[in-house]
Amino acid sequence: MAMGLLFDAVKCIGCEACASACKEQNHLPGPVEEHTTAYTWTTVKSKEGVFSRTLCMHCEVPTCASVCPVGALKKTPEGPVVYDAKKCMGCRYCMMACPFDVPKYQWDRPVPIIGKCILCESKVKKGEPTACASVCPAEATIFGKREDLIKEARSRIEQHPGEYQDHIYGLTEAGGTAVLMLSSVPFGKLGLKENLPSEPPALRTWQVLSNIPDFVALWALFLYGIHWITARRSDVAKAEGSK
Amino acid sequence: MNTTAMAPRRFRLGFWSILGVLLLVPFLVITYLRFAKGLGTVTNLNDSFPWGLWIGFDLLCGVGLAAGAFTLTAIVHLFNLKKFEPIVRPTVLTGFLGYLFVIMALMFDLGQPWRIWHAIVYWNPHSVMFEVAWCVMLYTTVLALEFSPVVFERLGWHTPARIIHGFLTPLVILGVVLSTLHQSSLGSLYLIVPTKLHPLWYSSLLPLMFYISAIGAGIGMVILESYLSGRAFGRHLEMDLLEPLARGMVVALGIYGLMRLQSIARNGAFTSITSLTYEGKMFLAEFLLGVVLPIGLLAFKKLRTDSLWLVVGAFFAVLGFVMNRLNISITGMERAAGARYLPSLSEIIVSVSLVGMGIAIFALAVRFFPIFPEPKETMEPEEAEH
Repeated sequence: MAMGLLFDAVKCIGCEACASACKEQNHLPGPVEEHTTAYTWTTVKSKEGVFSRTLCMHCEVPTCASVCPVGALKKTPEGPVVYDAKKCMGCRYCMMACPFDVPKYQWDRPVPIIGKCILCESKVKKGEPTACASVCPAEATIFGKREDLIKEARSRIEQHPGEYQDHIYGLTEAGGTAVLMLSSVPFGKLGLKENLPSEPPALRTWQVLSNIPDFVALWALFLYGIHWITARRSDVAKAEGSK
Repeated sequence: MNTTAMAPRRFRLGFWSILGVLLLVPFLVITYLRFAKGLGTVTNLNDSFPWGLWIGFDLLCGVGLAAGAFTLTAIVHLFNLKKFEPIVRPTVLTGFLGYLFVIMALMFDLGQPWRIWHAIVYWNPHSVMFEVAWCVMLYTTVLALEFSPVVFERLGWHTPARIIHGFLTPLVILGVVLSTLHQSSLGSLYLIVPTKLHPLWYSSLLPLMFYISAIGAGIGMVILESYLSGRAFGRHLEMDLLEPLARGMVVALGIYGLMRLQSIARNGAFTSITSLTYEGKMFLAEFLLGVVLPIGLLAFKKLRTDSLWLVVGAFFAVLGFVMNRLNISITGMERAAGARYLPSLSEIIVSVSLVGMGIAIFALAVRFFPIFPEPKETMEPEEAEH
């Protein structure tokens, strides 16, 4: 069952309880930082008079999971995109590739790993809401089934048409995400990217990679053919020369 | 070691060895800091810019400039143009050292390089980086095997040399296939960032462009390297071999240049050039110096057959290649990252030191192994030396 979060910037009061709860739940050192880092997985910032949250969007087809050479990042059926630090060798391709710039790195550690929101995987598996959703006093971040959250978002937009942008961010962005967002101002003003195609970026590489086995066979055969022809030609030339 | 056989002229070590020692101290300090305190202490990398010089130059250029090896082995062993055989050995050695350079650089760039073997154990065939990792491993092995007969010959081990020789055709085919995959996969790495890489560089044809430009630059490197080793070891340029190679380079650059222009037209990005944005200027520098200029020079037989112009043309082709890889990995990503990236001095010192080590190994190898054609003195078969 695919779970997710709905963040409603209209309702957010900017108390940052979610950011603190996240730190506690995931045992992240230090205070909540200005921007997300390997040690601060979610932040609340005031933009254009509206509070916006930054966190991993937990894509339906995650780019990070598709690019990770060792499969350290994975989408679970419950919704969270999780990270296995024991597999990670630190190539940072996930950081480069993520359309939302979510994964962050421990630049200050000799044995560094990636840090990003994992949608409180252990709690979600047990059917509990994420730490951020359970502490939110304003119902700005709510936890639930993705399909229910979409319905809830639609009804909020319908009931208060003047207050909301007529768009659920995350419904189609980068192929859709488990975290959905509502806002009163255009999403670009919240610092979210508005140029993301609805096709998951991972498909673009798969179109190339899936052809590799065929390509290898044909290319090798072709090269061998060239070799056979040129070798034969020189054999013939030799034989005719010795006549 | 004895130095009777090779070493046509005493290698001039004065200036370069002093520079090498001067570089070695900071290199060791940086290496210590990088592993003791983390990547952040020595690099300008950060969360907005996770890939820098070590990926843009060391990995992308290191692999690309080693492309001469597969190009020449294909020309000689598959297309059977045996006259190019004399320059195969130095080219294969360059390719092998190029790949060692890449692996060394990855040891610095990977967050936990001691886990590099994870790519063998944990598979993700959906990842281009997984393909890159396998190609690096397998092709480095192929290059080592392709070069090994030279070592066996020198040691007087004739049986293993004969065995390798028997497998040469499949080995060369494997090398060409792996190279094709690897060169193109470095372009595929950037297919995943359509919304981040600037439209002057993004293209769905990136894999093909990387492949063709690597052939051009690989040939450029063969020419440059012939020139440099010619200077260092007092040899003449093999103009009868390099001139037709230069012709091939012009063709590769031409096809590549047209593909670039077509992609930019499709992305509607010509306005970035005409309005001379930051990216537009960087593109113009890359394209005019690295594609238009070498084609303009070497399309003329008169210039191509003149050793000076040949080397100048090859130099600009290689320069343009390096600029392209840096523009893709750095310039083209800056706008989306909302940050500028310039490599730190430490990053530069590591890259320069690793290149220096590669050149030093090449120079040593040339002294001890029969790599270049027609050495001044005939080689005596080596007996066991104790």
